[in-house]
Amino acid sequence: MAEKLLVAGVDVGSATAKAVVMDRHGHVRGSSLLPSTPNLSAVGREALNAALAEAGAEAGELAAVAGTGYGRAALDFAALRITEITCHARGASVLFPGTALVVDVGGQDSKAIRMGPSGEVQDFTMNDKCAAGTGRFLAVMAGILGTGLEGLGLAGLTARRPLTMTSTCTVFAESEVISLISRGEAVPDIAHAVHQALAQRLAGMVRMVGAETPAVFSGGGALNPDLVDCLQSLLGLVFQIPERPQLTGAIGAAHLALRKAEA
Amino acid sequence: MTLGMELRYRWMKDVALPVLLKARERNRRKGSIGESPLGPPLESTRSLKRLMTRHYALARYAEGARPVAWVTSGAPVELLRAFGCYSVYPENHAALCGARRMGPEICTRAEEAGFSRDLCSYARVDLGHALSGLTPVGRLPRPDVLFCTNNICQTILYWFKELSHREGIPLVLFDTPFISVGEGTPEVFDYVAGQIKDAVPALERITGREFREDRFHEVLRSSIRASALWGEVLATMRHRPAPMTVFDAFVHLAPVVSLRGLPSCERYYEGLLAELQERVSRDVAAVPGERHRLMWDNIAIWFALAPLSRLFAEHGCAGVAGTYPNAWAETNHYLDLADPFGSLAKTYALIFLNRGLDYRLGLMEAMGRDYQVDGLVLHSARSCKPYSVGQYDLRRSLAGRLGIKSVVLEGDMTDFRTWSEEQARTRLTAFFESLDG
Repeated sequence: MAEKLLVAGVDVGSATAKAVVMDRHGHVRGSSLLPSTPNLSAVGREALNAALAEAGAEAGELAAVAGTGYGRAALDFAALRITEITCHARGASVLFPGTALVVDVGGQDSKAIRMGPSGEVQDFTMNDKCAAGTGRFLAVMAGILGTGLEGLGLAGLTARRPLTMTSTCTVFAESEVISLISRGEAVPDIAHAVHQALAQRLAGMVRMVGAETPAVFSGGGALNPDLVDCLQSLLGLVFQIPERPQLTGAIGAAHLALRKAEA
Repeated sequence: MTLGMELRYRWMKDVALPVLLKARERNRRKGSIGESPLGPPLESTRSLKRLMTRHYALARYAEGARPVAWVTSGAPVELLRAFGCYSVYPENHAALCGARRMGPEICTRAEEAGFSRDLCSYARVDLGHALSGLTPVGRLPRPDVLFCTNNICQTILYWFKELSHREGIPLVLFDTPFISVGEGTPEVFDYVAGQIKDAVPALERITGREFREDRFHEVLRSSIRASALWGEVLATMRHRPAPMTVFDAFVHLAPVVSLRGLPSCERYYEGLLAELQERVSRDVAAVPGERHRLMWDNIAIWFALAPLSRLFAEHGCAGVAGTYPNAWAETNHYLDLADPFGSLAKTYALIFLNRGLDYRLGLMEAMGRDYQVDGLVLHSARSCKPYSVGQYDLRRSLAGRLGIKSVVLEGDMTDFRTWSEEQARTRLTAFFESLDG
């Protein structure tokens, strides 16, 4: 096998498109993260090209490309199409060998995956036909509170007064947040309540598959420190968080492409 | 019942319908069905379509010529047949509406009248049909009697009471006490058998016909045979590779639900069984390259049957067992001509939906072993709570007992407003990937 062998993983989700170019040793040589567009194939290709540019490589050098995410079916340039569940599990195992649990909070869905000793998927659960428990929920809340997604997590960390949100339905929670604002509650307290509500929903999903450790938190949700804190204290465990948690699925996909190229 | 109606019924049954159906088939015969991950389709499907189309087409001519009964899936229809009743199954009709993707349209009619969206979607389809006349089968005949057993759920009782109240139709009801533990007591069976006996004079009054014991025995014999044949049909899926899948079973169970006790039902399953046995002898696979054998729990997702069947096959997965199709082969062996009423009571009181979760667990464990199943797909039906409650416990227990993985699909029998195709596809595909390791 050529020393220069390269593979790629492309993860096209509802909010962002990610790509990773990986060498034969499993090292990431280039990566990209772009906002998603309705043209899934084009945005997937664009993400791949950006990752290739960072790696200083050409598309022709790729021995295999694996596509994942909800847009995977549109990625006609990917020889392999694998679900995000398998890819997140693989990505987490690559980044943190021995991982037994992955919680992923993406734009459109969230999932809890329990893995066996060799990183294989044992059981998983996902949110049901509903934006509650997803990154979309956080984005909507950040919009109403005017914090921006990044600010929401930081705001929540400075909460002083416990508030309770009873709804995790994105639509009803929106009106609940508005009523809290009009009651004069502080933004950090509301942000924390939002995270607490979301974490409770995620904890339920985790308990369904089994709260095992070592555990990894992936997806854009992992960038929200208050959400991570809330979930950690609810479950009584500590999550390992990848340096770039949104790339976990693309890394998993690239690794599966590598396995195929080596086969 | 007038002579004119009787003549019209017979003419349709024996002359006009056979000709019409043949002509329709000729016009519909298609060329190639394109590339498919599935094995060759079952030849018997054509006879099935003919049989069921004839059943629904003839139903509207039965009105006025035969006493018409609307019957629940778990009711002792054998008794009705002894009176020559024409039976229509609202649940089967609802499944048909689901398969034709008419569920939401008809359900909405019931919802507009105030029935909750949380109510069983079979009930909503049936009530919506009663309110609007919407159906893919032209028209259902007005019933002379409603025949209901609460062994499958309690909803059916209120659903049939509603039909009875709305249209002023007599309701014959059989109450089957829930058997939470054990095998049922003599008191339970005596109580149920007593109700079936009591239904005889009631049916004589309603139909204006006399109860004929010889006819009753003939029907019982036929029903026993049809269920036994259906059991053998399902058992062919024990073979590797399976000659049919659970999705085929969902389609081909229509006669044993709606027509058992009639000679046409027996004949149909004789043909289907022969075809399957022949497939087994030649190792014809329903899913070429069968890699995994799966069990399906709960009623079918009728509107997604074809895409699900295809998705399974694309991943080398054959559904080879199902608790739902099995229900019509499960307890008919209790039927005994020496004690017709007592044995009918046992047959209908002991079905798995009328028993505790431990029994269902044992049943699924046995099926898992018999059919060499290596995965379980549980359809959590949004509107069928009695069937869906306990599925998370079942999957946990079966993971321990059989060492198999499982996945839960959120769906419904007919109402596709509860269904997210993309999410279901991802969930199932991820599950199949995990089976491949």
